Amino acid sequence: MAEMDTSSGGGHKKGPGVKKSKKLSTRVDLTPMVDLGFLLITFFIFTTTMSQPTAMPLNLPKDVDKPEEQNKVKESAVLTIMLGKNDQIYYYEGLDPTKMQSTTFKGIRDIVIDKKRRTDPADFVVILKPTQDATYGNVVNIVDEMKIDDVKRFAQVDIAPAEYALIQKTEQANGIK
Amino acid sequence: MGRAKLPRKSTNIDMTAMCDVAFLLLSFFILAAKFKPPEALKVTTPNSVYTRIVPERNVLMVTIDKAGKVYLSFSDNNTAEKADIIDAINTSKNLGLTAQEKAAFSKQPTAYIGAPFSQLKAFLDRLAVPDGLKDVNLSGIPVKDSANNELIDWVRAAKSAFSSSALAMKIVIRGDNDSKYPSFQGVIYSFKKNDELKFQLVTSPVSVPSGTDLWQLNQKTNTKGAS
Repeated sequence: MAEMDTSSGGGHKKGPGVKKSKKLSTRVDLTPMVDLGFLLITFFIFTTTMSQPTAMPLNLPKDVDKPEEQNKVKESAVLTIMLGKNDQIYYYEGLDPTKMQSTTFKGIRDIVIDKKRRTDPADFVVILKPTQDATYGNVVNIVDEMKIDDVKRFAQVDIAPAEYALIQKTEQANGIK
Repeated sequence: MGRAKLPRKSTNIDMTAMCDVAFLLLSFFILAAKFKPPEALKVTTPNSVYTRIVPERNVLMVTIDKAGKVYLSFSDNNTAEKADIIDAINTSKNLGLTAQEKAAFSKQPTAYIGAPFSQLKAFLDRLAVPDGLKDVNLSGIPVKDSANNELIDWVRAAKSAFSSSALAMKIVIRGDNDSKYPSFQGVIYSFKKNDELKFQLVTSPVSVPSGTDLWQLNQKTNTKGAS
């Protein structure tokens, strides 16, 4: 370690009356500085790798008008999920919308998993129908939920007016505004 | 009995070397960090478990803000395509834009479109001035009415501009968590009309909840990869 020579004089022998000046150490405790350095390092590591946004791929089917070109699904293997106001979810199995039940984003995972376990994986299809009152975040969340539950086939479809009317009726009955 | 006398050693360690290393690493991370460009449009993206990184080149980005207004922008490396797009829109819609107005959109890397065709001239005049769009209530590109979906024209122009320069256009949608579904539906409709069916939605990453099917799948593939 380099240290400054604090002693004065250049080899002179000091006289008996001259007071020797006290040697002051120039060493500084660097521990807090090291702490600070590593704190900043951790901060930069976290901010650089965590803020990278990710992309969710979404592939849509082509619109077909002829009924014979449309994909056919088995009635027993279909789960329809509709997104309503205030993060409410309405769902029904099969093709009968009047059997509709409501849940939230917390409860939908169990319902999807339950239906998935009961159906043949080759036929299982989830149909997503967002209403006008749903938010973009709801749509992304439900598509994400499909990924989390490992649902291979799901389709996003526009909602039928009859179903939307049914949801509005239920929402009114439940007092959701 | 005489015990061997151990010499007392100082517990002070010289921290200088450690300090050097810490700051060396610090400067490396600061220099390596990519700074976010100042975003003109503030959007809170929803979360997802997807891990794919958003592409940065040859991107057509549609931004949906909190109020459901739609904006269009392109990535930095597509200046030539942007010029083609604004030219095509100018001729097809008879907007009578000046070269300066066109350059305001095509030359600025962060420029975006946020006005209907009828107000585009005034919008581009503002865009040409620095901070000209601050505190201005923009109306966005109309998409909600399928009869008057102006994004269809923009996407068509972009598609032909990108294909004439033989680049694969990637469609990225950056939507706000709280924007209503009809805006998103209108955006999708405009892409469908142009036979563009593959999108990427910008999300913030979250980890997969443990115990779910995807989590189990990941565990399986991880152990398979390790062995």
